[in-house]
Amino acid sequence: MSKKTSIRMSGLGGQGVVTAAHILGNAAFKDGLVSTVNPFFGAEKRLAPAESYVRIDTQSIYERGEVLFPNVIMIFHPHVITMGKCYTMPFFDGLQENGIIIANSEEVPQLGDDDLAKLARLNAKLYYFSATQVALDVGGTELASNMAMLGALLGVKPLVSSKSMKEALMERFGGGRFVASGTTAALDDELKGKYEKISELIEQNMEVMEAAGSAVKEFVI
Amino acid sequence: MIEQKVVTPEQLFFEAEREEQFITGSEAIREAIKSANVDMAISYPITPQSESMHLVGDIFAEGYIKEYFRGENEFAVMSSVAGAAMAGVRVFTATGGPGTLRAFEMFPTWSGSRLPIVCAFMTRGINSPLTIQPDTLEMAYMLDTGMLMLHAENGQDLYDMVLKAFVIAEKPDVHVPVGVFADGFFVTHTRDKVNIAPADMKLPSYNPNCAPVPAMDMETVPFRQMRDPFVMKSNFISYAAHASWQQEILAAAERARKYIDSLLGGLIEVENEDADILIIASGTAVSQSREAIQQAKSEGLSVGLVKIKSLRPFPTEQIRRLAAKAKAVIIPEFNRVGWLCREVKTAVDDTTKVVGAPRVFGGMTMPPQLIVDEIRRCANE
Repeated sequence: MSKKTSIRMSGLGGQGVVTAAHILGNAAFKDGLVSTVNPFFGAEKRLAPAESYVRIDTQSIYERGEVLFPNVIMIFHPHVITMGKCYTMPFFDGLQENGIIIANSEEVPQLGDDDLAKLARLNAKLYYFSATQVALDVGGTELASNMAMLGALLGVKPLVSSKSMKEALMERFGGGRFVASGTTAALDDELKGKYEKISELIEQNMEVMEAAGSAVKEFVI
Repeated sequence: MIEQKVVTPEQLFFEAEREEQFITGSEAIREAIKSANVDMAISYPITPQSESMHLVGDIFAEGYIKEYFRGENEFAVMSSVAGAAMAGVRVFTATGGPGTLRAFEMFPTWSGSRLPIVCAFMTRGINSPLTIQPDTLEMAYMLDTGMLMLHAENGQDLYDMVLKAFVIAEKPDVHVPVGVFADGFFVTHTRDKVNIAPADMKLPSYNPNCAPVPAMDMETVPFRQMRDPFVMKSNFISYAAHASWQQEILAAAERARKYIDSLLGGLIEVENEDADILIIASGTAVSQSREAIQQAKSEGLSVGLVKIKSLRPFPTEQIRRLAAKAKAVIIPEFNRVGWLCREVKTAVDDTTKVVGAPRVFGGMTMPPQLIVDEIRRCANE
């Protein structure tokens, strides 16, 4: 029986949704699992809706494109929920039974009674915390919010090992092999400018992840 | 230039030990071109292709390619590529969607000039309304350009097809351009496992002396026709020459079949061919079908799969034979017009068993469940 986990990450351009998916998928690959990762976005610009999808399994994954029936939905910005900045309406469309939602939100995410009733029927679990605040407090930059989101995910559902996560981070930011688009490269430079050394960037981001894992709160639906 | 060992195509494709990498389709293009011994690459950006030629530019900087520049638009790029190929060098470029249509006049020109150009097409929707998302509509227009057309299902296919395309295109009895098509985002931006041959190996260089037509020379037929074209004479011989020339290009594509068989393992791949219901697809519609077939299996439904790797030449005889045994043939496509359905209908004896659905377009993902719905419908008929 397939143990596939399908993750949908919805956020805004510039928040690192694509980077987070890349790091998670690469970590799964390093753990010897099968994974595919792909992003979806329109014209590349800050604050425009951006999504990325990670599928993790122990056997071959054929399906391509958007994750239409996720087990996990990660919301990187409250506007995804309140302003419909995602590729499905409502944002949790297709969520599977016992599914998980993790939102970067200081407050309990704004959900109507209908939505809450639907999520209750799915026996969904809703988690929230300010990933941005954790990133600022621990990592010293809100650019680490995506790492906080990954930390929260691993806190709730340990999909990959922390060793592989660190290696994947190292590969993404440490080596010269990664080619990013112009806007992503600009953000990479800004992020690297926050730290003296790449090793410091990796350590601090690992700390952000750890802190996020314990900062996440459950809202009982 | 970087030092690389020249090996035979067979060594590179079938014998060299490969390394598993977790990369995108665009990165698979970079890895293929590293080993393709390309002399010249010309680029022009268009999403979702931009990264591919950007990465080819990077390996030019590393010394894998002799010449690389950016053209002023897609038409200029495809024209420059033609010039380079006429002069006898191995060239590579890529485009997609509106870029394909902007350059369109050059594709039959490449075939007509017998240029063994390899071009990757990263398909996307065509305006208007503007979209950058995946859609295979542009392939409908490409079917009658005289180019060979291979369709990649994933990054692995893309890597292998691009490399093998050079070898097929340059065979003296073929010597026409090859388009390698990959669905934008679903392949180009998707990170997956791809097995890569060592980058310190490369294909033998192109030998223009083996071309069936001489390198461009204004004084030698047939390229004297550039200066002295058939149309200027307007006599019987000129029209007859034009007609037979076009037939010869179609014949060249036919002669490519044996090379596609030996290098790509056939124009099609078939699974469970004796099933009552058959899915025929190309590109990532094949992947969605694989997922659907697994779901159908859990419901006790047995479904066969035909993956079409080569659209030109088209596997007409194989499709006719396979469809004859099936009760129903389902054709899922990532475009509105259903060009693959039309192709299949021209091949089969009984067109009433062909189901041209589902069709998903405009950049949306095809839920495997839509294919399962068609399977159930066919099973209940």
